[in-house]
Amino acid sequence: MDVLYFAWVRERIGIPRETLDSSATTVGELVEELKAREERYAAAFADLSALRVALDQDLSDFDASLEGVREVAFFPPMTGG
Amino acid sequence: MDIRVQEAPFDLGHEVEAFTDRQVNMGAVVTFTGITRDLPGAGMDRMEMEHYPGMTERALTKIAEDAMARWDLGDVLIIHRYGVLRPQDRIMMVGTASRHRAHAFEAAEFLMDYLKSRAPFWKKEITKDGSEWVEAKDEDEAALDRW
Repeated sequence: MDVLYFAWVRERIGIPRETLDSSATTVGELVEELKAREERYAAAFADLSALRVALDQDLSDFDASLEGVREVAFFPPMTGG
Repeated sequence: MDIRVQEAPFDLGHEVEAFTDRQVNMGAVVTFTGITRDLPGAGMDRMEMEHYPGMTERALTKIAEDAMARWDLGDVLIIHRYGVLRPQDRIMMVGTASRHRAHAFEAAEFLMDYLKSRAPFWKKEITKDGSEWVEAKDEDEAALDRW
């Protein structure tokens, strides 16, 4: 699946997107996998209350299933307008 | 419905005229424009507006469709820019057309409340002293409760 990062999440992790082979079945599991990889991921995902997630470009939750999902995006709360 | 996500500036006067001209039998047009503010103290050099191509268009379309379903509207316009913005630049605008003034006003407020915290944009302010991501405000999230 493709994993995208925006705003300070992108800056902290250092890349805008990557393609992963993951066995995670939920967003939460994917986050744990990423945190275990490297310190920069652990830092970016330290406080999930400061993060939002979108699955295939729709806002979702950290306990949502990843079944059939092709694109996961992590970002801070949005500041449009 | 006219939804545009673009880097280029837009001509506010032209957009308001064009939106108004294409309405048929609508008694009311309401428009709102967001403008880049300067910052007190150090002063802002620029704002960088990041967005999520694809999801942005989806989110704005959903918000506009929700407004069309909820109020008696003839049309909705949303223009939102991304990229580098300077103080006084127009960031975005919404327009609503309705047979009834109250519907046009309320729908425009609804669009703005949802745009603020449900459309995937992120603002970064750059001064000569450094840069900072703008944090979402609790009051912006709370503003959704009234709808």
